Amino acid sequence: MSSVIDEVPRPSQKSGFGFFESSTTRSLIGGLSVAAAWLVVAALTAFWPDKPESDWTYTGSFAIACAVLAVALALAAFAGVRFGAFQRLQRLSPWLFALALFFAAWEAVTAKLGLLPLPFFPPPQAIVEVVIDDWGRLAEGIFASARLLATGYFLGAAVGFVTGVAIGWSRLAGYWIHPVLRFIGPLPATAWLPLAFFVFPSSFSASIFLIALATGFPVTVLTWSGVACVKSAYYDIARTLGATQRFLVLKVAIPAAMPHVFVGLFMGLGNSFAVLVVAEMLGVKAGLGWYLQWAQGWAAYANMYAALLLMAFLCSGLITLLFRLRDRLLSWQKGLVRW
Amino acid sequence: MVAAIASDHAVRGSTLTLREVSHSFDLEGQPLPVLDRISLQVGRGEFVALLGPSGCGKSTLLRLVAGLDTPTAGSLLAEGREIEAPDPSRVVVFQDPTLYPWRTVRSNVALGLEARGLLRTHGGRIEDALRLVGLTGFANAYPHQLSGGMAQRAALARALVNDPKLLILDEPLGQLDSLTRIAMQAELVSLWQRSRFTALLVTHDVEEALLLAGRVIVLSDRPARIKAEVVNSQPYPRHRGDPHFVELRREVFEQLGLDEAW
Ligand SMILES: Nc1ncnc2c1ncn2[C@@H]1O[C@H](COP(=O)(O)OP(=O)(O)OP(=O)(O)O)[C@@H](O)[C@H]1O
Ligand SMILES: [Mg+2]
Repeated sequence: MSSVIDEVPRPSQKSGFGFFESSTTRSLIGGLSVAAAWLVVAALTAFWPDKPESDWTYTGSFAIACAVLAVALALAAFAGVRFGAFQRLQRLSPWLFALALFFAAWEAVTAKLGLLPLPFFPPPQAIVEVVIDDWGRLAEGIFASARLLATGYFLGAAVGFVTGVAIGWSRLAGYWIHPVLRFIGPLPATAWLPLAFFVFPSSFSASIFLIALATGFPVTVLTWSGVACVKSAYYDIARTLGATQRFLVLKVAIPAAMPHVFVGLFMGLGNSFAVLVVAEMLGVKAGLGWYLQWAQGWAAYANMYAALLLMAFLCSGLITLLFRLRDRLLSWQKGLVRW
Repeated sequence: MVAAIASDHAVRGSTLTLREVSHSFDLEGQPLPVLDRISLQVGRGEFVALLGPSGCGKSTLLRLVAGLDTPTAGSLLAEGREIEAPDPSRVVVFQDPTLYPWRTVRSNVALGLEARGLLRTHGGRIEDALRLVGLTGFANAYPHQLSGGMAQRAALARALVNDPKLLILDEPLGQLDSLTRIAMQAELVSLWQRSRFTALLVTHDVEEALLLAGRVIVLSDRPARIKAEVVNSQPYPRHRGDPHFVELRREVFEQLGLDEAW
């Protein structure tokens, strides 16, 4: 190992402290200490016996998982010396270290010491157990939620976008739609829930309607304001160059309004998550929201945590996706917020 | 390279007639008269410059000529027909370049051709226009990556690709450094000489007006009236040091009320 360190380039070598000042060496040490921390979590889980009278079947599996992670992190740390791609991991080191501490503490106060009441606070191995034993139903839940969300969101975003452009562009559309929007728009979509479940043929279609409604309102308002905010000079230029009405809408108004539209799409996505979970809990007998409800009914709190975790991954993944899309479409803008 | 833009140009510029054109804006309920009975006759392929103090109504007049606004009184005619709406035969280079920030320079320049569905057949003009204004290397840049002067040159290129019959220029070279400005003035003149469009130029710069235009219309303070008309029939290229040029410049400054400075 010393030979590896000897070979490390040391760009900023200074007096006796040069060794520690080399950034590569520092990142190697950082990476290895993160690996060590995870190894400690593994050892603590494996060798500190669980509290008597508890029967956590997956304690060993959790310990092995932590150990595998530790080995992987150590390998990545060494790889980082040679390959730039792994050096990005270095930025995550503090977080990975903090997570190790968190897991160690969690493991200690639940499985080992039993300080927290059961079944409300299961140990990490209980969640591993859920993911391994119940993955079929969890996957089904993710699929159902994603399908419902995607259908409702795209429908709402599309209708909202078209409506927004119509209000922003046509006086007649503005006259008729604006009052309706003002009156009904601010109403939370969930307020329609009882009515929707009663009017629509299935709870699935009712939920699509509700999600579309929750998405559509902010998308409409922001698209409209985006179109209304377009500088009149943009239209003047296009008109003197022979643009038709169609060109003015499609090639001037809409691209100019896109930054606003994206704000609406982000707000709509946030709203749609909230409505999705409520709709699944109250009507649709599928999806992660329903799984949460079901787990709570059976006091299966580990299942609930697992579902919550997956839901967090789903939501944050979708937001990230939308940010990526925006960065790609609006690359012409200066000073975009990075997600 | 200029020839490429001007090549398929059989028709010469359009005529322009202004008859007693007056315009006033509504400013907080009060009418603000901006133009006062402007009458002007511009011949086919003529180059006319409008010179006047800031805020007198020059840009307003150009917007009327472009057909973007209608005058409060009087009438404007292009080719003997009333100007009622914008038309791609009358292209404006606005005072503010106003490029579309979501389009690259090339696709900004392509705007007019795209709007009229001529991109396929006349797309080659885009590169010519970019070369003419010296922006070939920035064709793929976005407007926020340009300097003020470069944006103005891009706006000029955007107008030129459309092969206008009447080119309306509102201080198109205002933000350029003096060297680029002189080069662009020469390019404008040679372009105009080849294509023979009619040109209406607003400028603050007396020398620029006299270098480019055959006729300089001096406007009064707001509301703008035509105060004087100075004809410069010297051949191009004109030289700033030429005695006749100096004499004309003195005359224009006198009309602007700055004679004591000269
Ligand atoms: N849309 C408008 N509404 C009200 N007043 C306006 C409007 N546009 C211009 N004006 C007024 O008309 C007057 C003339 O404006 P204009 O832009 O034509 O001046 P200009 O001669 O082009 O000046 P500059 O040389 O500084 O560009 C100004 O006093 C301005 O305040
Ligand atoms: Mg002006």
